[in-house]
Amino acid sequence: MTVGKDVSALFPDVVNCMQTDNLELKKLVYLYLMNYAKSQPDMAIMAVNTFVKDCEDPNPLIRALAVRTMGCIRVDKITEYLCEPLRKCLKDEDPYVRKTAAVCVAKLHDINAQLVEDQGFLDTLKDLISDSNPMVVANAVAALSEIAESHPSSNLLDLNPQSINKLLTALNECTEWGQIFILDCLANYTPKDDREAQSICERVTPRLSHANSAVVLSAVKVLMKFMEMLSKDLDYYGTLLKKLAPPLVTLLSAEPELQYVALRNINLIVQKRPEILKHEMKVFFVKYNDPIYVKLEKLDIMIRLASQANIAQVLAELKEYATEVDVDFVRKAVRAIGRCAIKVEQSAERCVSTLLDLIQTKVNYVVQEAIVVIKDIFRKYPNKYESVIATLCENLDSLDEPEARAAMIWIVGEYAERIDNADELLESFLEGFHDESTQVQLQLLTAIVKLFLKKPTETQELVQQVLSLATQDSDNPDLRDRGYIYWRLLSTDPVAAKEVVLAEKPLISEETDLIEPTLLDELICYIGTLASVYHKPPSAFVEGGRGVVHKSLPPRTASSESTESPETAPAGAPSGEQPDVIPTQGDLLGDLLNLDLGPPVSGPPLATTSVQMGAVDLLGGGLDSLIGGPNFVAPPAAAVPANLGASMGSGLSDLFDLTSGVGTLSGSYVVPKAVWLPAMKAKGLEISGTFTRQVGSISMDLQLTNKALQVMTDFAIQFNRNSFGLAPAAPLQVHAPLSPNQTVEISLPLNTVGSVMKMEPLNNLQVAVKNNIDVFYFSTLYPLHILFVEDGKMDRQMFLATWKDIPNENEAQFQIRDCPLNAEAVSSRLQGSNIFTVAKRNVEAQDMLYQSLKLTNGIWVLAELRIQPGNPSFTVRLPAPALPALGCLLPCAGQPLLPSLLPRAGVSLMGALAQLGWGPSEPDVNEHQNSEPSFQLSPIRLPR
Amino acid sequence: MIHSLFLINSSGDIFLEKHWKSVVSRSVCDYFFEAQERATEAENVPPVIPTPHHYLLSVYRHKIFFVAVIQTEVPPLFVIEFLHRVVDTFQDYFGVCSEPVIKDNVVVVYEVLEEMLDNGFPLATESNILKELIKPPTILRTVVNTITGSTNVGDQLPTGQLSVVPWRRTGVKYTNNEAYFDVIEEIDAIIDKSGSTITAEIQGVIDACVKLTGMPDLTLSFMNPRLLDDVSFHPCVRFKRWESERILSFIPPDGNFRLLSYHVSAQNLVAIPVYVKHNISFRDSSSLGRFEITVGPKQTMGKTIEGVIVTSQMPKGVLNMSLTPSQGTHTFDPVTKMLSWDVGKINPQKLPSLKGTMSLQAGASKPDENPTINLQFKIQQLAISGLKVNRLDMYGEKYKPFKGIKYMTKAGKFQVRT
Repeated sequence: MTVGKDVSALFPDVVNCMQTDNLELKKLVYLYLMNYAKSQPDMAIMAVNTFVKDCEDPNPLIRALAVRTMGCIRVDKITEYLCEPLRKCLKDEDPYVRKTAAVCVAKLHDINAQLVEDQGFLDTLKDLISDSNPMVVANAVAALSEIAESHPSSNLLDLNPQSINKLLTALNECTEWGQIFILDCLANYTPKDDREAQSICERVTPRLSHANSAVVLSAVKVLMKFMEMLSKDLDYYGTLLKKLAPPLVTLLSAEPELQYVALRNINLIVQKRPEILKHEMKVFFVKYNDPIYVKLEKLDIMIRLASQANIAQVLAELKEYATEVDVDFVRKAVRAIGRCAIKVEQSAERCVSTLLDLIQTKVNYVVQEAIVVIKDIFRKYPNKYESVIATLCENLDSLDEPEARAAMIWIVGEYAERIDNADELLESFLEGFHDESTQVQLQLLTAIVKLFLKKPTETQELVQQVLSLATQDSDNPDLRDRGYIYWRLLSTDPVAAKEVVLAEKPLISEETDLIEPTLLDELICYIGTLASVYHKPPSAFVEGGRGVVHKSLPPRTASSESTESPETAPAGAPSGEQPDVIPTQGDLLGDLLNLDLGPPVSGPPLATTSVQMGAVDLLGGGLDSLIGGPNFVAPPAAAVPANLGASMGSGLSDLFDLTSGVGTLSGSYVVPKAVWLPAMKAKGLEISGTFTRQVGSISMDLQLTNKALQVMTDFAIQFNRNSFGLAPAAPLQVHAPLSPNQTVEISLPLNTVGSVMKMEPLNNLQVAVKNNIDVFYFSTLYPLHILFVEDGKMDRQMFLATWKDIPNENEAQFQIRDCPLNAEAVSSRLQGSNIFTVAKRNVEAQDMLYQSLKLTNGIWVLAELRIQPGNPSFTVRLPAPALPALGCLLPCAGQPLLPSLLPRAGVSLMGALAQLGWGPSEPDVNEHQNSEPSFQLSPIRLPR
Repeated sequence: MIHSLFLINSSGDIFLEKHWKSVVSRSVCDYFFEAQERATEAENVPPVIPTPHHYLLSVYRHKIFFVAVIQTEVPPLFVIEFLHRVVDTFQDYFGVCSEPVIKDNVVVVYEVLEEMLDNGFPLATESNILKELIKPPTILRTVVNTITGSTNVGDQLPTGQLSVVPWRRTGVKYTNNEAYFDVIEEIDAIIDKSGSTITAEIQGVIDACVKLTGMPDLTLSFMNPRLLDDVSFHPCVRFKRWESERILSFIPPDGNFRLLSYHVSAQNLVAIPVYVKHNISFRDSSSLGRFEITVGPKQTMGKTIEGVIVTSQMPKGVLNMSLTPSQGTHTFDPVTKMLSWDVGKINPQKLPSLKGTMSLQAGASKPDENPTINLQFKIQQLAISGLKVNRLDMYGEKYKPFKGIKYMTKAGKFQVRT
């Protein structure tokens, strides 16, 4: 205002002018104070008196002005003096003063939050929500909303049906801006049932005809949110859907900036409820003088709305756009044609021919984009449109962008058998191999290998050339590794190479750019806000420090819940799965395990508690947030290490190591004794041992050998806390002193009532052994099957029900090779280890065994065993949260120790089991895969 | 809420800033300048720009960027609507909204902005109320103020803000009581090469100028109200009455205001009052191209089409054009490649045409894109949707007002593809 000049030196003189009757002068002085009070805090005190006086002025305009200006003076010393006048103004008889004072509370809160709370202004503000004047109500709501934003936990806007009624009444009478505040506030309310939701919707609907677009969009937000609660069978639901379309369309005739925000929101709405705008495709057609940001958004929505009914129109439009001037827009238009082809199957042919027309234009960037999308079309409809390849090949030379080149090379490689001169084409790319971008190099490598596998005779030289280029002359590790893999594959097992390289590829999905359903639901609650513009939840970009409350759509009332999912799915744009997958799993687990989430008991815990703690523990840290009782302290979740799987696996694969003669048929399989503590490390004491389970009791069979020269006495043993609460059930009894070179065999009974702590790996057990010489520590891995309990046979019905409830993703599958036994033998042997056969049937000459087992902590594991002569395959399904990365984890987990431990079993069951049990809460599992089983004993108190 | 406002001219100078909360440094605009640089044209600057601590929401009007700075999650439409309101207010106060005018009236501008927002919350955005608080500058008032030292700040409480009809001030007095309504419709259409309509819709508004004494209560009824199924009303309109009887019932604001805006969607058949015949041909390896446009009336309900202006952005390859119009004047700017032809009235007996040749870059291949023709026109005394006002009645006051209604159809975004 002062053109950048600092006029703070005039402060005293200006303050002198404050006591004037001239309104304009007064206003200007106030304006001056607002700007300079901060730089002259001491002088500003001089102004306080005048403010206090002005707050008593008979003219409400002056009173309001004074209270308004006071709030803008951000000087701590002054704020204290403001409280009294503000309190008076909040109760002023004139609503104009009250509404100004309401905003002033928000200002004051910004300067000194504590002061506002101490002075009880928040309560006064809440009272103003019931004010008789709608403007005061609106401002009070606005002020409270702003304060609430910095206090996400506080329940400032605690809405109840009465206050909602007040707000709805005020909504009709206050200014447009007030309506926005009130509507935004309403959107945070969750009606108690669908009738209340409907009545609110009815009273909000007239706002859709407001001239202010922000009011309209806020009303849309409230309706979209509360609609979630209405049953779809209701007539009113249909009426509401119809009413929503026109205002949204009208938003698009506003200024471009408004259009942009509206379009971003419409994008969300279209994904959530495509039926609203399905007939309004035309309003999204692009005008050539729309700003580019509007054009791109319109294009996006056009694709979302594209369906069989309107695809012809859409394609004609897209083709028109592809001849426009703006390069970015043209590119996106060409991409859009490809997306249409993938989305609307019936239109694929038309899309391809449109793309071919565009290629004929020979406009460089159009051709390149077209080739990139044609590649995607090939991936969606393989073996359907290969006739166009010839046309594509004509344009080979004009491709200069890496993405287009890579796409073209992929096409050539994929259809090498149909392109006579594929080798020549690829060779021409190979000439400048080193100048290509990585993307192209990788594609070229793969394409040539594909070509070689398809036409081995003519292309030997080519493949050798590319392999040497990739492995010897390249610095890029990705390229080199891929080169080596191919090389080794080709040299060792060409058949396998063929299986790997030419494997059938999964079709690409219909739409990859849809917003994930849970996020979409959250974003619907944020319609009209910045979050909706960015399509990100506020927590992703709002400045840190302020916790953001996650909003979610209200649940539909019970009666209509079941109809929800089948209806949304086929409605056009697939909205994907219902977002409630995780809660159901929580419920499932809760039911299965009958979790009792009591606090961990210190001291000797009850057996049940311990078991259940173990269950929770096994399910990983992520679960506690799902079912988390506030008093439940979850053990710190650790990541799953790689060799956990292997070691666990050893146990189970050994179970299946059915030809081995060590195990007795009647009892559980016993691992041969291994040396746990070498004499070198324990001053001459060597301990080897194993774990057994017999008739329901677990024991640790120890063999102690004295390799020292002195006699050993006073043996004692203690376990560190571990995953399943294993603990010695009796003290270690070594009756006689152990003389040099003497060996003694001891069986130490164990129970599972010890305290529980998640270990890494899961079956790690840290043991301390004491004798008269010293205390020694070692750790060992116990085989998991000792924890399989005898009552692990599940009831058939329950088995069936549980099996169905487990989602497919949770399934792990692998094979055991070279197992000569038949179904009966397998079944009886497994039973020996408490893996029970629940049912058996014969399907297509294969024996199917359905197995169940139960761990000491109450977790059930279900399995299906399919036995084919010579090749039984084992399918495991587990009642545990999903672990999507299971497939890739398994081999990794198995690898390092497999060769030595598992001569036969391909992959470990228990590895999978353990992964499933622990994995889901840790998305960063991969990071930890290589970590050594680090092994630090926490202090154990030993009996002296 | 809204933290600060910066006004930036097209050359990138911040010529005005206003802060409603603490001062936000000008440097925040650097992010805006970056975005401005990236965008090829001023119109293409994205309206929402995130910066590490703030969000910049901008509108571009009258060659000025109005950039609002916000810090918390605020509905962006709220901010953008408000910015448009600021522009409208400036225009209302000063006649035009341009950099020199804003600079000349900087004190009034600050006073107005101060009244419009309080701590970022909108305070008074109704032009009626604002004008009562701060009187707009007129030459007479400026002279009087200079002599007497009085000011253009009103010393009255804006009573309207408190009443149930916040949009109307009390104690209005006129000697001539009059109420004028303008029904203005704009056709937005895209016509394809062959002349068929791809999409066409009508954006209609009813603007009113009401100068009536006291507290008049008006009702306005239409011959065919079912055309209005997608409407946005001025807050003064009683929505319930409209829902049940399809009658507009309202106590009008004083002076000029927009009573309602409506939208006749593409699904209804929209009459297209004008057609364009075009023949624009480029040939490969020829440095000459042919150009010919004829404009003619169609579905005008017997009314004359006036104020026709044809503009077209020609492809870059066009160096110059030598054209002869049968009427009106034409210009071609070889730098921006913008062809503009001011046709004037269309005489149905003698259709206006523009013919001639284009000289193209020698040796260059033919342009990739076809020029789109943009059309402006006006038709007086016709609402193309067929909307007609039936009657206007006044209650609550005794006098007999003078009533007037005017119809007009204009081209909005009317584009013909070639």
